[in-house]
Amino acid sequence: MSQKEQTEKEPLFSPKNIRLLTNPLDDDNPITVLVLGICSALAVTVMLKPAVVMTLSVVCVMGLANLIVSLLRETIPPRIRIIVQLVVIASLVILVDQVLKAFLYDVSRQLSVFVGLIITNCIIMGRLEAFALYNKPWPSFLDGVGNAAGYGIILIIVAFLRELLGSGTVYGYPVIEYLGLYEIGYVDNGFMILPPMALITVGVIIWVQRARNQKLIESN
Amino acid sequence: MEELVNIFVRSVFIDNMVFAYFLGMCSYLAVSKTVTTANGLGIAVIFVLGITVPINYLIENYFLMAGALSWLGPRFAELDLSFLSFIMFIAVIASMVQLVEMVVEKFVPALYSSLGIFLPLIAVNCAILGGSLFMQEREYSTIAEATSFGLGSGVGFYLAIVGLAAIREKIKYSNVPPPLRGLGITFIITGLMGIAFMSFLGINL
Repeated sequence: MSQKEQTEKEPLFSPKNIRLLTNPLDDDNPITVLVLGICSALAVTVMLKPAVVMTLSVVCVMGLANLIVSLLRETIPPRIRIIVQLVVIASLVILVDQVLKAFLYDVSRQLSVFVGLIITNCIIMGRLEAFALYNKPWPSFLDGVGNAAGYGIILIIVAFLRELLGSGTVYGYPVIEYLGLYEIGYVDNGFMILPPMALITVGVIIWVQRARNQKLIESN
Repeated sequence: MEELVNIFVRSVFIDNMVFAYFLGMCSYLAVSKTVTTANGLGIAVIFVLGITVPINYLIENYFLMAGALSWLGPRFAELDLSFLSFIMFIAVIASMVQLVEMVVEKFVPALYSSLGIFLPLIAVNCAILGGSLFMQEREYSTIAEATSFGLGSGVGFYLAIVGLAAIREKIKYSNVPPPLRGLGITFIITGLMGIAFMSFLGINL
């Protein structure tokens, strides 16, 4: 990394690059503002652990995919760029899938088809099309990591709420039981585990975010 | 036959692509502003799912699975190519979509103009790849079962998107709190629709 720092004229973490990394966390959040990548986001949020693993997988795939496409951007003929992008993404996803199967088999079973569905995750395609094809490798890499982090942060908030309220645990630790809330009559809300509640949780997150950040409000 | 109907009904109502697995959400949210466009996308999805799932079923069973290549001779019986399935499935889907688009354009121009932009978009719709991946995971025993699953999932998506579009057309006239307008309320409506669809859970044919 330090070698690269000397060769780059612009500092590696210039304000512009930092913005690439932090903007997607709030103002340009891929899920709540750009409406991309929701498909896989909601299904893996029953528990915190699969959500964290999913986030890490997407960060890896997206950072590297942006980097690779950005390196190839001058050699890809525009007519076949979609197929080239899909091949790059699919190969990275196969790598991630094999690593998960080898080292985290139980989580990989839980995620089931959703690891494969990273391929068609629209954020990745979207960022490749909108950013990596026109920018240098390092900003593209940051953009990929930033957007994946923006995606991951929503994933983790939703998973945290659903796991805490639905099964009374956080990352597998029985927090509610530890606090002794069951003895005074607290009951887990089993409804939170069911799929529709993921949608409603995201709806509420959007509500909170837009109430705080007024410029994101849509006209209708 | 009974089994086929059972799979079809299950995939339309109980294992609904949108409400139970959140597949195809991106286009589901983006293209559900009016009923007409939702209709077009829904039909295109039924069409493509009904074609790609059986094709991927054949590829899975005669090329990719452990021992699937044994028809080539005993030397190939040990081969397991299932790690290639992602890239094969997506390639099949992308090329089938292209092919279907060309065929439809040539022979049914009326359908082509009503599907319009939606056909190419579908190549990256997660519901399509999801259909193939679920087909692989659930290990259907015949191609007819796989086809029935594919069509059923398509119809489930169709019902969901047309229903949402109809609700969104009506909700224009309501007074939604400003921060919830647009995306937020759509999520909540989808959640409520999902809860309604959960009442089909008890169905067992």
